[in-house]
Amino acid sequence: MNGYNFAYLDEQTKRMIRRAILKAVAIPGHQVPFASREMPLPYGWGTGGIQVTASILGREDVLKVIDQGADDTTNAVSIRRFFAATAGVQTTTRTADASVIQTRHRIPEAPLTEQQILVYQVPQPEPLYRLEPSRAETTRMHALAEYGAMHVKLYEDIARLGQVAISYDYPVMVNGRYLTSPSPIPAFDNPKLHRMPALQLFGAGREKRIYAIPPYTDVRSLDFEDHPFRPHRADAACALCGSRQSYLDEVVTDNRGGRMFVCSDTDHCASRRAAGCEGVAA
Amino acid sequence: MSDPTLLSARGLRLSFGAIPALAGVDLDLWPGEVLAVVGESGSGKTTLLNVLSGRVRPDAGVVWYRDPDGALHDVHAMEAPLLRRLHRSDWGFVHQDPRQSLRMGVSAGGNVGERLMAAGARHYGRIRASALDWLAEVEIDPARIDDLPRIFSGGMLQRLQVARTLATHPRLVFMDEPTGGLDVSVQARLLDLIRRLVARHGLAVVLVTHDLAVARLLAQRIVVMRRGLAVETGLTDQVLEDPQHPYTQLLVSSVLQA
Ligand SMILES: Nc1ncnc2c1ncn2[C@@H]1O[C@H](COP(=O)(O)OP(=O)(O)O)[C@@H](O)[C@H]1O
Ligand SMILES: [Mg+2]
Repeated sequence: MNGYNFAYLDEQTKRMIRRAILKAVAIPGHQVPFASREMPLPYGWGTGGIQVTASILGREDVLKVIDQGADDTTNAVSIRRFFAATAGVQTTTRTADASVIQTRHRIPEAPLTEQQILVYQVPQPEPLYRLEPSRAETTRMHALAEYGAMHVKLYEDIARLGQVAISYDYPVMVNGRYLTSPSPIPAFDNPKLHRMPALQLFGAGREKRIYAIPPYTDVRSLDFEDHPFRPHRADAACALCGSRQSYLDEVVTDNRGGRMFVCSDTDHCASRRAAGCEGVAA
Repeated sequence: MSDPTLLSARGLRLSFGAIPALAGVDLDLWPGEVLAVVGESGSGKTTLLNVLSGRVRPDAGVVWYRDPDGALHDVHAMEAPLLRRLHRSDWGFVHQDPRQSLRMGVSAGGNVGERLMAAGARHYGRIRASALDWLAEVEIDPARIDDLPRIFSGGMLQRLQVARTLATHPRLVFMDEPTGGLDVSVQARLLDLIRRLVARHGLAVVLVTHDLAVARLLAQRIVVMRRGLAVETGLTDQVLEDPQHPYTQLLVSSVLQA
């Protein structure tokens, strides 16, 4: 690790980020500004999540990094290698063995515990940004808890399409107070946010915001009494492990239009197969 | 009139540089009453409306509002969240340009529903039913509930703004030249509609208009503004038939000549 401080960031920067994290934990769902640093990776590669991970990582931690549920994509592999090189921490692909999990676009299928921290890479922390482009105005809306505009969006979807047409980054109310973006996870994962035993930290590098959902916090997906939130899942079984509960990706298998559904969480799928579960393509 | 007032202003002053837009205005509004604020352009009518509704802070003076429980509130001393809640529920504001309050990219039903949702409504079916009722009340074909206001005529837009404003059943509505900028025939229809809605829902209204005919049609009482001062106040018929202040006399006679 020649020339690097532990986990790349200098100690002063880490302390600054930890202060932002503590503030974020104290006000669940509230976006806390922080002085985002240049990282040796471009924005969009999870620089916000990386800075959060770098600030909380200790020598004893075991790190897992997933991208869309998979441990083996370029993004996940790069970040894992980055921390193996700069912090020398142990890494794993097994959800149960990890103490810190950095993620892009998924929550692992296996329930997380109080001993774990889930770090999200967030491209756009502001749930209202599509409705209100002005940052000053959205800050005011949060301060006054004025979220009627977000419900108007849901109303419009139901009026036009018969249902809410948000399949990713489905807005949630955290602790009954702050409207919050869960980052672009599928709406299918939203119920896992609710009262999760693990600490959830969200880092947005380009937008310079950190927010948090402390363990066991109430997290409700926005909905109407007569149109309750319904997480969507493809009506299929994983072709490899046969799961009918996990979130599925549709993958193209050949160039003649062949496709199959497989678990998006690769560790979950591998564990099930190791335990003897089988799908049709196994 | 010794009944408790709904809204009372005393000694309102506000200058923009050297211009005294309000030069010491007192005003009282009783529940269920329509009060017209008339006067030529630049006399301070819009400024008065903005100060009365708490949207603009005066240099001096006080505005009292009596809530449904009878408690008095100093409008300009209220906490921002409380004042905003008032604007979302008990109060309404109708702008001359409906585009100022409508969301042009949101359906007619969504525009009416937004006030309800902002006030806490979370039942889609009931929100929609209420939007349908209000569209019918303002004579917009309920079949247009999912249309975007972008394709509505000026008169329809203004009626949609009225529906949106009234959806939460406010007790007090501020209107700034609600018929300004519309064709005469469209104006007449809108005035008729406003008159019926005000009577049916027992609304108190502060209505700003430069048009004495509008005041005559809608208002029980009238305040005549000139250079930031209320020069004459009284029952509409009395003021228009027997104006006391020379400026009001001039105003009334110029309308009669026109
Ligand atoms: N924001 C402002 N800045 C400067 N001058 C203003 C502003 N608003 C109003 N005024 C001035 O105050 C006076 C009263 O304006 P206004 O209340 O809009 O009158 P009215 O609505 O009767 O036409 C006018 O001379 C106007 O130019
Ligand atoms: Mg005006």
